[in-house]
Amino acid sequence: MRKYLIPAFAAAVIAAATPAVAAEKAEVAHQNWSFQGVFGHYDKAQLRRGFQVFREICSNCHSMKLVAYRNLAALGFTEDQIKAIAAEKQVTDGPNDQGDMFQRPARPADHIVPPFPNDQAARVANNGALPPDLSLMTKAREGGPDYVYAILNGFVDPPAGFKVNDGMYYNEAFPGHQIAMPPPISDDAVTYADGTKATKEQIAKDASAFLNWAAEPELDTRHSLGLKVLGFLLVLTAMFYALKRKIWANVH
Amino acid sequence: MSGNHFDNKVIQWLDDRLPIFSMLQHSAVEYPTPRNLNYWWNFGSLAGLMLVIMILTGVFLAMAYTPNEALAFNSVERIMRDVNYGWLLRYMHMNGASFFFVCVYIHIFRGLYYGSYKAPREVLWWLGLIIYLTMMGTAFMGYCLPWGQLSFWGTTVITNLFSAIPVVGDYITTWLWGGFSVANPTLNRFFALHFLLPFVIFALVFLHVVALHTTKSNNPLGIDVKGPQDTIPFHPYYTIKDLFGIGVLLMVYLGVVFFLPNFFVEPTNYIPANSMVTPPHIVPEWYFLPFYAILRSVPDKLGGVIAMFGAIVIFFFLPWIDRSKVRSAKFRPIYKQLFWMFFLVCVVLGYIGSQPPEGTMVTLGRVFSVAYFAFFPLLWLTSKFEKPKPLPQSIAAPVLKGASVGHAAQPMEKA
Ligand code: HEC
Ligand code: HEM
Repeated sequence: MRKYLIPAFAAAVIAAATPAVAAEKAEVAHQNWSFQGVFGHYDKAQLRRGFQVFREICSNCHSMKLVAYRNLAALGFTEDQIKAIAAEKQVTDGPNDQGDMFQRPARPADHIVPPFPNDQAARVANNGALPPDLSLMTKAREGGPDYVYAILNGFVDPPAGFKVNDGMYYNEAFPGHQIAMPPPISDDAVTYADGTKATKEQIAKDASAFLNWAAEPELDTRHSLGLKVLGFLLVLTAMFYALKRKIWANVH
Repeated sequence: MSGNHFDNKVIQWLDDRLPIFSMLQHSAVEYPTPRNLNYWWNFGSLAGLMLVIMILTGVFLAMAYTPNEALAFNSVERIMRDVNYGWLLRYMHMNGASFFFVCVYIHIFRGLYYGSYKAPREVLWWLGLIIYLTMMGTAFMGYCLPWGQLSFWGTTVITNLFSAIPVVGDYITTWLWGGFSVANPTLNRFFALHFLLPFVIFALVFLHVVALHTTKSNNPLGIDVKGPQDTIPFHPYYTIKDLFGIGVLLMVYLGVVFFLPNFFVEPTNYIPANSMVTPPHIVPEWYFLPFYAILRSVPDKLGGVIAMFGAIVIFFFLPWIDRSKVRSAKFRPIYKQLFWMFFLVCVVLGYIGSQPPEGTMVTLGRVFSVAYFAFFPLLWLTSKFEKPKPLPQSIAAPVLKGASVGHAAQPMEKA
């Protein structure tokens, strides 16, 4: 009798806890990413395309304050290209010797210049909604790049009877399904410098990959160093184990 | 400490004046250890390793961290992006806390199962519990430091609990905060304390080990050491066994650090703290979840706080609640069942703590909180009426013959 006590108890617990699990919100579809898995690493061509999408579209509304122009070297941009990209934007610097603040073109050491001077200005330009900073977006949402991809592709017609408020858009991936962001992408919304066909899905994919890089720029180093460390530990631990067997041989 | 003889003259000279080498010889080399310890006995030294890793990574993180409400979040991101291998330091520290708790929880449940809390190890057990409480305080304040949404709101929720104390509650909360809400002064003092407490833990661990070496280790049979045939010297037997354990732990821990570094993290904490926006779902770190579930199960705020702290404090009385003279659950058929049920209750409470407190979760939380506390009176009853199985004559007897009474070879001890 007592033998069955624990299994029976465990079964009762699991049965009691299941209904609560079922009531979760809809899952975000999983995409294939070059950077997933133990051997995963970024596809630099894709990141450059994603940066192009960010630069031409998203950066009109969204900031990316944690990333500096110099970091773009990791995507394969040359120093001169980075200087040119930075110089497109103006930043306030100073005070100079006269005590005045002045405008100058951004330099590689500057962080990506936000589209609005402050949150209030961003809200005024966006119907009262604040476009969030995108530096950590993939780490700050359940689902990461899958979620961003689902948002970008989630602008569909609302189901019959669903009332979308003024200035809001229906999005199947967004919690509550009403988002203040107008659909930012469509087929051929950008013309890729590398000739890749710019379908809506391709754009969403590239933009999401780029945002993942922005949030986890260390991923490539982390994965390759991790493999070396684990390989080393595996050998070391195996040797410890062999030694342990040898030392303990006369005790057992 | 009786002086040892060392061949090396310099060592001898120093040891005659400060007997550190004799101490080492005494407590890490010759220390007589039961010959039958299984792998569950590895987790004490593994917890010690985690403590060292936490202190080392923490000190280097502190060199680049800024405890200011306007700068903290970005200073952590600067560590992640601009400090050389800063991401490694931070991910090791962040996940290290989780693995520290994994080790300590296994260590505690090991002690429960094998009755290590009983005479003569009551003070050793208390020191362990004080270490555990200090760890919880340290981890709680550490979680505040990155100043993300959950850092801020978690701190707000938990510090608010003190306001439930009658009469002085509000004063205590204000005093803890250094103001009228969680803000810059709170972050500052939490950083100061988070830096300090690990060294307090270090000192407590030292006392813990002194107490251990006074009463000596318990063992899976739970019977006393009868003579030298029951023990083996710590070195080389347990040094190599601990090293092997360290290798395995590091593989799992660093596997998470390198390949799933945000496994234990709620994404919401990557959103900077904002006192104007309450996140929809405030959860503490996983190692607090069972207690969080107990807290929320009591409809009264003060009652919840008392239940939550009581859930830990009651462990201090365990050596007297359990009246049985037999230590190891191996020879206590009913206690063994009770132990596993208690373990399961803790796991389920952890799950309940992670869920929003709605519907069935509220009821389940109450049922399992009661079950948690029921363990102690049931243990008391069991210990009075349970008929233990016959104990082996000595540690050496079953171990040397390769078979213990009525038990086939135990998988844990084969390796
Ligand atoms: C016209 C301005 C505008 C453009 C262009 C724009 N966004 Fe947005 N975005 C917004 C606003 C406004 C919000 C806030 C929505 C809300 O909170 O309802 C937002 C929100 C988001 C979110 C967050 C959703 C969440 O879970 O909070 C993501 C991700 C996002 N945008 C990605 C992008 C990407 C990628 C691009 C470029 C392809 C882009 N946005 C282009 C205005 C814009
Ligand atoms: C910082 C955390 C801790 C460290 C570093 C630590 C370290 C150690 C070490 C090295 C040992 C000897 C090896 C072993 O028996 O596993 C030990 C034994 C012990 N610890 Fe801890 N410990 C910690 C926390 C705790 C806690 C939280 C408890 C219980 C509440 C506890 C209770 C015990 C007991 C009872 C023993 C003796 C076990 C036996 O011999 O059976 N320890 N500890």
